[in-house]
Amino acid sequence: MSGQLLIEIYILVLAVFVGFEVISKVPPTLHTPLMSGSNAISGITIVGAILATGSMPGTISATLGMIAIILAMINVVGGFMVTGRMLRMFKK
Amino acid sequence: MQDLVIPIIYLFSAVFFILGLRQLSHPRTALKGNSTASIGMLLAIVATLLNNQILDFQSIFIAILIGSSIGAILAKRVEMTSMPQLVALFNGFGGAASLLVATAEFYRGGQFPAFIFLIITLSVLIGSVTFSGSFIAFLKLQGIMRGSPIQFKGQHAFNGLLVLLIIFSSLYGVLDPSQLSSMFLIIIGVSLLLGILFVLPIGGADMPVVISLLNSFSGLAACATGFVIQNDALIISGSLVGASGIILTDIMCKGMNRTIWNVLFAGVGATDTNTDNLQVDPMKSIKSYEPEDTVVIFENAKQVVIVPGYGLAVAQAQHMVHELQKLLEGKGVVVKYAIHPVAGRMPGHMNVLLAEANIPYDSLYDLDQINPEFEETDVTLVIGANDVVNPAARHDTNSPIFGMPILDVDKSQTVFVLKRSMNPGFAGIENELFYKDNTIMIFGDAKDTVSKLVSELK
Repeated sequence: MSGQLLIEIYILVLAVFVGFEVISKVPPTLHTPLMSGSNAISGITIVGAILATGSMPGTISATLGMIAIILAMINVVGGFMVTGRMLRMFKK
Repeated sequence: MQDLVIPIIYLFSAVFFILGLRQLSHPRTALKGNSTASIGMLLAIVATLLNNQILDFQSIFIAILIGSSIGAILAKRVEMTSMPQLVALFNGFGGAASLLVATAEFYRGGQFPAFIFLIITLSVLIGSVTFSGSFIAFLKLQGIMRGSPIQFKGQHAFNGLLVLLIIFSSLYGVLDPSQLSSMFLIIIGVSLLLGILFVLPIGGADMPVVISLLNSFSGLAACATGFVIQNDALIISGSLVGASGIILTDIMCKGMNRTIWNVLFAGVGATDTNTDNLQVDPMKSIKSYEPEDTVVIFENAKQVVIVPGYGLAVAQAQHMVHELQKLLEGKGVVVKYAIHPVAGRMPGHMNVLLAEANIPYDSLYDLDQINPEFEETDVTLVIGANDVVNPAARHDTNSPIFGMPILDVDKSQTVFVLKRSMNPGFAGIENELFYKDNTIMIFGDAKDTVSKLVSELK
């Protein structure tokens, strides 16, 4: 176990608390947009996917990474766009 | 230089995500929050591309282009009624992406310490369960698979066995590195199976809980992957999403007055034990009207409350309901909508549906706001909702839904229930409301019935 891991665990715990504090009393209208918007954020895996694809060209890892980029981008672009579409609908 | 610049951009991206989520949870700033969060994502992607380990940009851009196009098409084309399926699908893609990244890291080769393998195992487990679980949820919501719970004897014991198998395989892989590859494949296979078995026994009415839980998992999957590739951006963003999913899951569980364990493991509606002790007197009969018989009652009403449920989404009756509302308001009738927190198949499902039909937000009322008003309501129109209006939840301790907060529609003067047939809802529970003296059933397709009402009232 390294000090690095310990720091990462610190970050995890603090981020969970921030998450609970930041998202408070969500009105029912926003339940779906919050879900699809936060789902788009979970597409952050794209970072790992890009690294896997770009740093090991020609390996099986790069191929897996490429598929991961496609899936993560569907999640990111689709998620943010559909959330925006819903929220603009509410605005009217 | 890049050792400093990249982490700082990641930090900014995390800040944008936090601000974005905060704005997303308040009505006035929600749209801005969505843009803020997407800027955060753009920053994270740019920062990653700056990494000098990256040699092959072409594959990356091709994959980004393909993914973005598919995502954009899906987001533009989807009908609002199909929103729950789409959210399930996106959840699944997120989980699958995390699974693939962890797998790519495994096949990177070289030696890695035992605890890294254990972290990869955890990441694969969460990613797989999110992926296959969301896929089953998608199949159920899309109607490709039966929506009611699918169970077999000893299912929980079997699932427990699968979890043990995963733990055993990961430890065996650590102790005997020559077996590492085969153990890794076993872990992926078993985890995928576990995700399938985890969602199969959950019925349609419990879908809002499952969808929000899977939403949380998709974040946790990204977070676990962050530990695998040692990237703080993934850990922070992933745990934020995990937390927001847990908050939604909690709201949904409270809406049903059940614990998460009860939702996941009880499989309400799967057994027929409930139907054995039905509290409904067989002597009691139901009253059924044709739509045209109801006109006088509507015209004499001062206040009409409309209770939408999943049936409204299925029949796509939301636009017709808005027509009815405008017509009634033209005659001086006050029209309100009562929204139960777990109505539909995902959190906020009814709000999205009614907004699509341009129904003004200020005519929507929450459970707490509307319940005291039912006594002064002349007509309540229940469209495709069932368990959330069942009075048994208030008094029948034998009912599986006992204790669930419900809309007290039975307290209004007259209740019209629009329904296809007398079949019980997803929970498989007989509804007392249908047999009450002040309840009148109108059988048929919800959209047809409402459009008949509209033409009769014109």
